[in-house]
Amino acid sequence: MMRTHEQFADDLALYALGELAGSDRQELEEHLHTCAGCRRELQELRGDLGMLGLSSFGPQPPARAKERLMRAIAAEPTRVSSAAPELPKRSLWWAWAAAFAALVLFFVAVGAWRSNRRINDQLAELTNRNQDQAIQLDRLHEELRLLTSPDAVHVSLNPMKAPRQPSGTAIFSPSQKRMIFMASNLPPVPEGKAYELWIIPMQGAPMPAGIFKPDEHGNAMMMDHPMPEGVIAKAFAITVERAEGSDKPTSPIMLMGEVTAGG
Amino acid sequence: MEPVAKSSRSRSDAANELRLVARIRSGEPQAMSELYDRYSKIVYGVALRVLQDAAAAEDVLQDVFLQLWRNPDAFDASRGSLAAWLAVITRHRSIDRLRQRRPETDIEECVITSGPDLRDETERALMVEKVRGALADMNPDQRAALELAFFEGLTHSEIAEKTGEPLGTIKTRIRTGLQQLRAKFA
Repeated sequence: MMRTHEQFADDLALYALGELAGSDRQELEEHLHTCAGCRRELQELRGDLGMLGLSSFGPQPPARAKERLMRAIAAEPTRVSSAAPELPKRSLWWAWAAAFAALVLFFVAVGAWRSNRRINDQLAELTNRNQDQAIQLDRLHEELRLLTSPDAVHVSLNPMKAPRQPSGTAIFSPSQKRMIFMASNLPPVPEGKAYELWIIPMQGAPMPAGIFKPDEHGNAMMMDHPMPEGVIAKAFAITVERAEGSDKPTSPIMLMGEVTAGG
Repeated sequence: MEPVAKSSRSRSDAANELRLVARIRSGEPQAMSELYDRYSKIVYGVALRVLQDAAAAEDVLQDVFLQLWRNPDAFDASRGSLAAWLAVITRHRSIDRLRQRRPETDIEECVITSGPDLRDETERALMVEKVRGALADMNPDQRAALELAFFEGLTHSEIAEKTGEPLGTIKTRIRTGLQQLRAKFA
């Protein structure tokens, strides 16, 4: 049976320790592919482990240890010095995430432009262009943390006295082949069911684009979700499906939005 | 609104570490020497605690720094502190050695967020005292579960067997213990 997001919490700590094995490990790794929140928590837990490691700080290693290391380094093949150090590969994912975070922040109007101005000020102070980029990513990462924090409060503004209606927003980039999806005011799904997002292409049948469950306030978010290559989306829709997802919609469309010419 | 979270590292800290790693990436041995002086006590301390053997700890120390020299891109300096990353990598390598197994964790997969800034000796000493204090304040069962898992490399099943506690309790203790540690520095 598929586990819920909360049930992965304890396993994340074991995974950070490298002590999760078998099907539990496999299941968690699959979940990590689709859950930015758990990926972030895993990184936080590793930071916590690093702190724990500090408790055994010291003593000074013997001088011969450094001599041995420096000799070994001198014996290593000479590396060609790169004129402009590249960002680590590992940053690439965050580059996607950070770019999407900026888009989302724009959407929810929490002052991304103001922070962008601050970032620009910082850029001017630094001499190394690549260092600037990394620091900008760092900042956007902080903003992404706000957006996906478990205690982040989402406030929807609605006309007075009107009932709150379910709504969803999909943001995608055909060139980056990535999308994010946010929804609010969704009613809870019955046990064993989940919402499924569909891409309705210009030609062909609806394509599954991720399953999700809303939180207790009816909000849901899927970050950094891949878009199938070569598909021209005509519309997005959500339906209620079984918790593990369906290959094709099996219930009436609950929300739908067409892609307009302007995007 | 608090402008910058206390736990998050300042831009200059990140830039400082980025510069050092960038120099290592461009093959500058002097940068590695500086980095060793800054962090070798962390690496050696963790290795010695896990392995309880000075010669074996020296081997792990050598292995960890040499890996960083060979593959500096494995550490993402824009997001986490090098001190925390080195402590975790060292713990994994030491446990691998203790169990006489091949390395099970790819250093490139070990992405870390945040962590303490330990650029100078004073900051290092203060942070170490704070961590030790936080552990001393912790419920003894919780601290034991954390230390058995991290420094002795026991699995949660082994800890449950050793302490006579249910498996679920041990799992939760490890997670909440780490989160408590985080909360102390937030």
